[in-house]
Amino acid sequence: MAEVKNDEQHAIFAENVYKIFNPKTENEVVALEDVNLTAQPGEFISLIGPSGCGKSTLLRLIADLITPTSGTLHINGKTPHQSRLDRDYGMVFQAATLYQWRSVQKNVELPLEIMGYPNTVRQQRAREMLEMVELEGFGKHYPWQLSGGMQQRVSIARALAFEPSLLLMDEPFGALDEFTRERMNMELLRIWRTANVTVVFVTHSISEAVFLSSRIVVMSPRPGRITNIVNNTLPYPRDNDTRELPQYFQTVTEVRELLRDAHEVE
Amino acid sequence: MEKSKSISEATFPEQFMKAVRYYLPTIMVAVGVLLAWESLVTVFDIQQFLLPKPSLIGSRFMTEINLLLDSESRSLLFEATGATFREALGGLVIGCSAGILVALITARWTVITEATMPFAIAANSVPIIAFAPIMNNWFGITNPVSKMAIVSIIVFFPTMINTVRGLTLVDEHELELMHSYAASPFKILRSLRIPNALPYIFSALRVASPLSLIGAVVAEFFGGPRATLGVFITQEASGFDFARAWTAIVMASLIGISFYVTVLIAERIFMPWHQAEQSSD
Ligand SMILES: Nc1ncnc2c1ncn2[C@@H]1O[C@H](COP(=O)(O)OP(=O)(O)OP(=O)(O)O)[C@@H](O)[C@H]1O
Ligand SMILES: [Mg+2]
Repeated sequence: MAEVKNDEQHAIFAENVYKIFNPKTENEVVALEDVNLTAQPGEFISLIGPSGCGKSTLLRLIADLITPTSGTLHINGKTPHQSRLDRDYGMVFQAATLYQWRSVQKNVELPLEIMGYPNTVRQQRAREMLEMVELEGFGKHYPWQLSGGMQQRVSIARALAFEPSLLLMDEPFGALDEFTRERMNMELLRIWRTANVTVVFVTHSISEAVFLSSRIVVMSPRPGRITNIVNNTLPYPRDNDTRELPQYFQTVTEVRELLRDAHEVE
Repeated sequence: MEKSKSISEATFPEQFMKAVRYYLPTIMVAVGVLLAWESLVTVFDIQQFLLPKPSLIGSRFMTEINLLLDSESRSLLFEATGATFREALGGLVIGCSAGILVALITARWTVITEATMPFAIAANSVPIIAFAPIMNNWFGITNPVSKMAIVSIIVFFPTMINTVRGLTLVDEHELELMHSYAASPFKILRSLRIPNALPYIFSALRVASPLSLIGAVVAEFFGGPRATLGVFITQEASGFDFARAWTAIVMASLIGISFYVTVLIAERIFMPWHQAEQSSD
């Protein structure tokens, strides 16, 4: 019991977590091997690594969309299942995944509707969220009327509408062009500061990981595992000038080398 | 977006001209076909039992319309139209509602869906109209229920199959989103599966609406009250008044078109996002 009490202060606490798909069959895949990771509330953590190293799997374990094969995983000091029932996290997928039959406003209201908030609160909260992602005038639009970047902002607004303590993002800006992506990164940092959430952010982009996160989790495939965790001491708030700091380049280089090492181990 | 703006801001004469320009080709084709039909029948002196002239069919129509307007007399054609309309509509409503309802129930339990779908798909490829004489036997040949029954069965299967598809073919991520909210199965049904199924249901209704009329008229070919379009057609044809038989064919087409248009309008009302999406392509 002492241990559970101890990780109450952790937003995420993972110890010896394994995830094996189709165990004891010929299709067996060790997606994650002996994962150990803790995150303090308010941290911005990036997961980076080559395709198939288990980034999405780790995120889905945290989200209780799948369950670990073995090991201990606690979210806010609870089982992932309990934390999902408590609506502790908001999820943002690579595709915006908006419901095309709902207006932008109604999409942001969706989680609040499911969770039974009264109508006036829903509308008010959705308006605030749209303001936060700078889409005030677009409430009545349908998703297909928005650009990819705007859709992804709606999806972030939706994920934060019910004020979860944790924001899980699986390559949210992967489909955007470089320019839009950099703008979205700035936006996300601003939102992270205002909304005061813990973020777990999956990405393939080293520069994105370094620009955003306070810690960078480097992973490698076959079997999927964490090879390094880089503390990123670049000071917040970060802006476009951050990308020109020598320390920024050093961190980018460090992560790149770790990723290369992880690859060469194979 | 800009498109919808320009429509709402257009003045009435502008809108009218736009509509005329849009429908003009269609109207011209229709008029052209009728003129060609009339002149070909005249030039080649085609026997009227093979193909009566449109003008002759038109004059038969006028007779019936006069009968209808005259309060002393009755118009068999319009009585028949009313009767067949009721049969087709009744069958359509019953069959489609049942199809949607059964789909909602089976989709709730995947096991039932998996067990019943092969049968539904098999049944859907059977010419159900062949059961019309049996339905006539069951419910009585002059009872409109016998025709409604066959129509219901005909439209039931495509509606059910499409609805099940719409309820189950849900985007994986859209479903995961619901799980991430710890949504109950009922809320997933209401907020995701049913809206996802709407386009599938409407495409089933588009197929079902003409099917309902085919079902009703063909079932009447096997026998029914005198005042139904199917019986009207067979009677007039065997009495060699082919132009009069053709008036019934035209009425049947009009009912079919009216059903179809109603479905299209309902589609616009219930799926405003879909309409806009399509016109933007
Ligand atoms: N449901 C599943 N069943 C079987 N194997 C799976 C399943 N989900 C993931 N895997 C396997 O687990 C491994 C890790 O997959 P995961 O999706 O977590 O990788 P990823 O790091 O997110 O990759 P990417 O960068 O391409 O998104 C892969 O080998 C994948 O094939
Ligand atoms: Mg992935």
